[in-house]
Amino acid sequence: MSDESEVPLPTPTFWARLRRNPLAFGSLIVLGLIVFVALLAPVLAPYGFASQTLSDNLQGPGGKHALGTDELGRDTLSRLMHGARISLLVALGVEGFVVSIGVLVGLVAGYFGGWLDQLLMRITDVLLAFPDVLLALLLLGTLGASSASPAVSLGLVILSLGLTGWPPLARLVRGQVLTLRKREFVEASRALGATNGRILIKHILPNLLSPLMVAITVDTAGVILAEATLSFLGIGVQRPFPSWGRMINDALEYYRTEPRLLILPAACLSVTVLALNFLGDGLRDALDPRQRK
Amino acid sequence: MIRYILERLALAVPTLLAISALVFFSAYLAPGDPADVILGEKATPATKARLREELGLNRPPLIRYKDYVVGIVTRGDFGSSYLSREPVKDIIKRGFPNTILLASLALVTSLLLGIPLGILASVWANKLPDRLAMALALVGVALPSFVLGPALVLLLAVRLQWLSVIGFSLAEGRTAPQFFILPVLVLAARSAALIARLTRSAMLDVLSQDYVRTARAKGLSTASVLFKHALKNAFPPILTVAGTTFGYLLSGSFVVETFFTIPGIGNESISSILRRDYPVVQGLSLLMATGFVLINLIVDILYGLIDPRARVGGPLVRKVSL
Repeated sequence: MSDESEVPLPTPTFWARLRRNPLAFGSLIVLGLIVFVALLAPVLAPYGFASQTLSDNLQGPGGKHALGTDELGRDTLSRLMHGARISLLVALGVEGFVVSIGVLVGLVAGYFGGWLDQLLMRITDVLLAFPDVLLALLLLGTLGASSASPAVSLGLVILSLGLTGWPPLARLVRGQVLTLRKREFVEASRALGATNGRILIKHILPNLLSPLMVAITVDTAGVILAEATLSFLGIGVQRPFPSWGRMINDALEYYRTEPRLLILPAACLSVTVLALNFLGDGLRDALDPRQRK
Repeated sequence: MIRYILERLALAVPTLLAISALVFFSAYLAPGDPADVILGEKATPATKARLREELGLNRPPLIRYKDYVVGIVTRGDFGSSYLSREPVKDIIKRGFPNTILLASLALVTSLLLGIPLGILASVWANKLPDRLAMALALVGVALPSFVLGPALVLLLAVRLQWLSVIGFSLAEGRTAPQFFILPVLVLAARSAALIARLTRSAMLDVLSQDYVRTARAKGLSTASVLFKHALKNAFPPILTVAGTTFGYLLSGSFVVETFFTIPGIGNESISSILRRDYPVVQGLSLLMATGFVLINLIVDILYGLIDPRARVGGPLVRKVSL
């Protein structure tokens, strides 16, 4: 981004406002820690996510294994750390799809209008008519993620959540563009002879960044939860990849005697999802104080 | 009003057609040959060819799609399972009552929990009861059902032995309350939390209106102001959310049905996906998406009845984001 564009984002007031919100700022720190652990999991984790010592199975916390081991003698702490990696990968991959498709569709539909807008919005409506993760589920089912290798299943999860998750974002972007394109600075730019491409990139897109950031943050919480749900059901990320959802599923046979195996991945998942929601709320307030309730 | 209803109905038809096309043609993405799924990899090419002919898999995709839609609309025929050869219609007839029962009970439960909690929070806004209620709602939103389910089972079914670990089943005669309470509670938790948050914000909006101040000023009791003046006007958004929630509950019970081994269509979908039994997966997905569209249609129409301003237009399907 060049310095002539009017980027409303990282001004000192934005940071100051975010820092004054302890819940949001705390969430940002927690999420930073999770991302740090996820990135450095291979270095930080004491064991590999699949390395097992059967004789050490179902050990309690302490000793060689800080958080104990699972039914196959795999180190729980190491698996949780690698699980963060899976969540991060899914979040980045899916949001990559969602943002590129959603922003493109929303920009084009909102800016150019006409039959193109009609067509794109009808497609969006049809995709929105599928409840929750049903479409992703259908896609994963037909693509056969449950019988794929772990790496392929991870890719398929990202693909199906990405291809089905963009309609709400496209709606949001379209709505914003509809109001922005009538604003004076856009009119002025057009009067000066700017091309559509220049208006979209230099004037409309920068003004979309704030609502996009909020939407992406909150959506990421949903994506991480959706991945965990699919993996819990056995049709998402496959063994031995330690998705938190899959770990919860694996724990179901043992949690009555070893509740730790259920509670630990569940806690990781809930903390991440809550932190993203708090951060999303905080960003909304910090980016646009006028909308404050 | 009739024109409005007809318009909404007419808009739903192309949506449903597009949904059916998406569901039908998604099967073409599947790797491998359906004949392999049915006969196993070892079958001879001749046997496979005969089966493909028998199932009509060799016919052009568009013709197959047309027959599929016509079959559903005229005969309720969704095709048959690849593996058991049972008609998908029968699988639906067996599973759907369980799913509808679960979703209905969960909807009633979430309204009974969510609305009072939301009213409580709005009356004591930003005070202790509000904070407690909203903290509870946050837990409901943040805890996924596959965590809440095992946690409640551990506490109420394993440790205290009050309730059953497995859920209800109409066909197998598991109909005592002990089979219902846990699955309904787990499924209702999230929607109860959403309804509580929505009721709170809708009530706060209404409570700051002039007519509520007038009602208070003329000395009406708090109860009368709350229920006669405020709740009545806060109701339309709650209705919308309840309707949309019901759509989600009908289709979103994959986890709860699987975890509590309730033989509903969510449970059936997951096991069909794992067995790669596409006709069943397609039929059930189509049923769920259609149910979702129809419920949203009913909500739209009801909304138009309550609030004529809403009849002007707007999207057919409203997604709730809270």
